[in-house]
Amino acid sequence: MSRLLALPLSKEDVKSLSAGDGVSLTGPLYTARDAAHKRLVAALEAGQELPVDLAGQAIYYCGPTPAPPGRPIGAAGPTTSSRMDPYAPQLYAAGVRATIGKGERAPEVRMACREYGCLYMVAVGGAGALLGQCVTSARVVAYEDLGAEAIRELHVEEFPVIVAYDAYGGSVFPGDEVLE
Amino acid sequence: MRELDVNSLIGPLAAACIRANRELPAEVEAALRYAREHESDKLARQVLDTLIANAQLARDSSLPICQDTGVVVVFADVGQDLHLVGGDFYEAINEGVRQGYREGFLRKSVVAAPLSRAPNTGDNTPAIVHVRLVPGERLRLHVAPKGAGSENMSALWMLTPAGGAAGVIEAVLARIREAGGQPCPPLVLGIGIGGTFEKAALLAKEALLRPLGEASEQPEVAKLEAEILETVNATGIGPMGLGGDTTALAVHILTYPCHIASLPVALNVQCHVARHTTVEL
Repeated sequence: MSRLLALPLSKEDVKSLSAGDGVSLTGPLYTARDAAHKRLVAALEAGQELPVDLAGQAIYYCGPTPAPPGRPIGAAGPTTSSRMDPYAPQLYAAGVRATIGKGERAPEVRMACREYGCLYMVAVGGAGALLGQCVTSARVVAYEDLGAEAIRELHVEEFPVIVAYDAYGGSVFPGDEVLE
Repeated sequence: MRELDVNSLIGPLAAACIRANRELPAEVEAALRYAREHESDKLARQVLDTLIANAQLARDSSLPICQDTGVVVVFADVGQDLHLVGGDFYEAINEGVRQGYREGFLRKSVVAAPLSRAPNTGDNTPAIVHVRLVPGERLRLHVAPKGAGSENMSALWMLTPAGGAAGVIEAVLARIREAGGQPCPPLVLGIGIGGTFEKAALLAKEALLRPLGEASEQPEVAKLEAEILETVNATGIGPMGLGGDTTALAVHILTYPCHIASLPVALNVQCHVARHTTVEL
């Protein structure tokens, strides 16, 4: 049975979860992938304000398909998280509370989750149609010129994820070694 | 000699792009169901159930199976007695892709410049087209939208001939372990063995077009396919890398003669959304 949780997640929510837990999320998610991450981190490094306040929020590594008529979004499954590994620790440090994607990540990301009390969660890759149906609204909030890679604020209802890295260094992936 | 206006392929190709992205081939769905029945891990069974439900939803709705609707790879079998008229063949293919990705609300995932990453071409063109001359006067287009999550985990090795089949297994297994859950297992592995550097890569891609569950016609190659499948599934990586018995659904190998000093091996990794369809004109 997966646990129902509201977004944005509180610090207590994060502390209460362990790698392997199933969670159903309801609330706002912010999509960002390769190109948006490059810009976000460039802004952080230049000491600029981010175009959208991500403090306490969850980033979803997703580039959806265009919305067909009558729907808020098309297919919206996760992309491979490891491509965002060079950026993730800086974003966790800047206040992002959770990231959602698919697949194993660099040890630095797991260490950042432990250090900042954050989560990395996974959704089922390739289940884009089903996951798109959990999205009840979507609007572009930054970097519109990036098209599918723009930052979108999604509202999701009972969006199914599994905790992959918890705030204690734990991992759901059988191949991951214990962190020092 | 038969004449064919290249513009006549545009509509059918556009429809094929949409169909491929919404309708998982029946044999792939059957393979997911078979894996579900034989999977011992509870979480892995849940993931497989999700994938089966997703394939059904995509077929019954206007949504693509996956948001990565890929770069369009086309293997064009051109009959050598066919005369293509009416315009540029490659441009007609791109127009079919353009229309299909617009009308099907599919994602435009192609950037014009691989290094600067800009701009997005805006219409998912150009397609990657491989032309093969074949007997006859028909045109057959094998259309396979290829997602990047799995493509990125592909690899090519120039092995030492002395390594033989054991060397192939070792290289493939190491790569699959390294990839883990990133390429969206359960996977289909296309493997090209022999030829030259570029021939092996093309063979690996072609191998993915074979209907799932069909073994190689060469007994020794079929034996290697079965051995690699068993070895990969014994890793325990499982669906989405979360653990389980189902890391790959199938292994397809194509071979070709090669130089006495060479053993090129290419691995093209395909996720469980093993999409392809065919247009014949």
